[in-house]
Amino acid sequence: MSESNGANGTGGLRLKTGLAEMLKGGVIMDVMSPAQAQVAEQAGAAAVMALERVPAIIRSEGGVARMANPKMIREIMSTVAIPVMAKCRIGHFAEAQILQALGVDYIDESEVLTPADEAHHVDKHAFHIPFVCGARNLGEALRRISEGAAMIRTKGEAGTGDVVHAVKHLRAIVQEMKILTVLKEEELYARAKELQAPYELVRMVARIGKLPVPNFSAGGIATPADAALVMQLGAEAVFVGSGIFMKDGVTALDLDRAEERACAEARARAIVRATTHYDDPAVLLEVSEQVPSAMKGLAVAALEEKAMLQTRGW
Amino acid sequence: MKVGVLALQGDFDAHRRRLQELGASATLVRKPAQLDEVEALVIPGGESSTLLWHLEQHGFFHRLAEFVRARPTFGTCAGAILLASEVANPPQKSLGAMNISVERNAYGRQINSFIGGVHWTRGGDPLEAVFIRAPRITSVGEGVEVLASEGSHPVLVQQGHLMAATFHPELSADKRVHAAFLELIGP
Repeated sequence: MSESNGANGTGGLRLKTGLAEMLKGGVIMDVMSPAQAQVAEQAGAAAVMALERVPAIIRSEGGVARMANPKMIREIMSTVAIPVMAKCRIGHFAEAQILQALGVDYIDESEVLTPADEAHHVDKHAFHIPFVCGARNLGEALRRISEGAAMIRTKGEAGTGDVVHAVKHLRAIVQEMKILTVLKEEELYARAKELQAPYELVRMVARIGKLPVPNFSAGGIATPADAALVMQLGAEAVFVGSGIFMKDGVTALDLDRAEERACAEARARAIVRATTHYDDPAVLLEVSEQVPSAMKGLAVAALEEKAMLQTRGW
Repeated sequence: MKVGVLALQGDFDAHRRRLQELGASATLVRKPAQLDEVEALVIPGGESSTLLWHLEQHGFFHRLAEFVRARPTFGTCAGAILLASEVANPPQKSLGAMNISVERNAYGRQINSFIGGVHWTRGGDPLEAVFIRAPRITSVGEGVEVLASEGSHPVLVQQGHLMAATFHPELSADKRVHAAFLELIGP
């Protein structure tokens, strides 16, 4: 009678998207230590993403970015009661197998890490643990869903503190979905070819006007106003990476120093509240005043194409 | 009859859709004052620590505690945790409205999430129950009626005008649990 958390089948997919449903209206925060995870949980985070280096540090230090050390992820899992996510490299199914064996709650097959495969993403249907993947447009989102992703996060440019590309890609996806809803049946076939996405998924989006899995926003969200902006544009929850615990693109706030700890806590609380009350300017004003300073940031317009993380993924 | 759905965080939209499918007028509640506009309330699934954090702002917790003492309220998963009188793993504050003790994440992590059929005392086919990082009701006190159990553990309980489920009827095609709550509210 009972359906286990099957890798395949509708029961499996419903359980996978089910956890994403529970995260809606929430903030998922990047954390690099159990201490940061604790600050995140106490500030109302709905989940944490355990990382060795947040995108801003990866960007400034360079080198190959890989799955975090499982020992560190395990420490974070035992520190907080909220769901813990972790990232594997694009196409690196062995890292994903390790994360599944560890028992994380969600795996992010992420362009923030250095890709391990230039043509193939992980076959996510083969896993019991749900996956989230990034997308810049509807075709990319539907390809990831056909591979088994149970949540999409629209890609911004991670580690910059600049929200411009999160906005660009969220608008693109929402607009492409709207267009599908007014196309004729025969036009959907042609559109599916253009999108390089399975016809069945294209038709489903045309019918329901939204993605068949929850759609969250990520990349460059650094202030309560940024969170409110992407929520008003149609995101169902937000990922905040470097924006909470980073002083600038290189150094993290020191949680052992009262003033810097207070800054991280204030930012985290403000973004959590702004995400829930995204359409209430009075609350947004109140929480914006409570943030001492935002991460310094890096303008995306000043980045060269090859320095961008978002273009990874195929 | 206007039913509110607490929309601070979690799967409030799934509850709203279900209530509307059953012909109820459902509205999202994000502020304490909005409780005055509804006659009953659903507290959805989500992260209970996140819901609690939001409730600690601007006296919402106190206002909600008053509401659930007087008005029909249905909590699922995180909502059930909030309605309980005692919470473990870890211990946390709750509304103390229902005479039940609850353990968070009692089945384990997401890998242990499952869908099962549970027998309910009203008869008919088993209820389809979606358990996601679910809590467990570890004890029920006086006045609490167990409506459905999974193994030896109660998963759907009622105490007067209050209902709590450790699973997610809003994620199942089976509408009977929400229908039962609407019945409890009355015409």
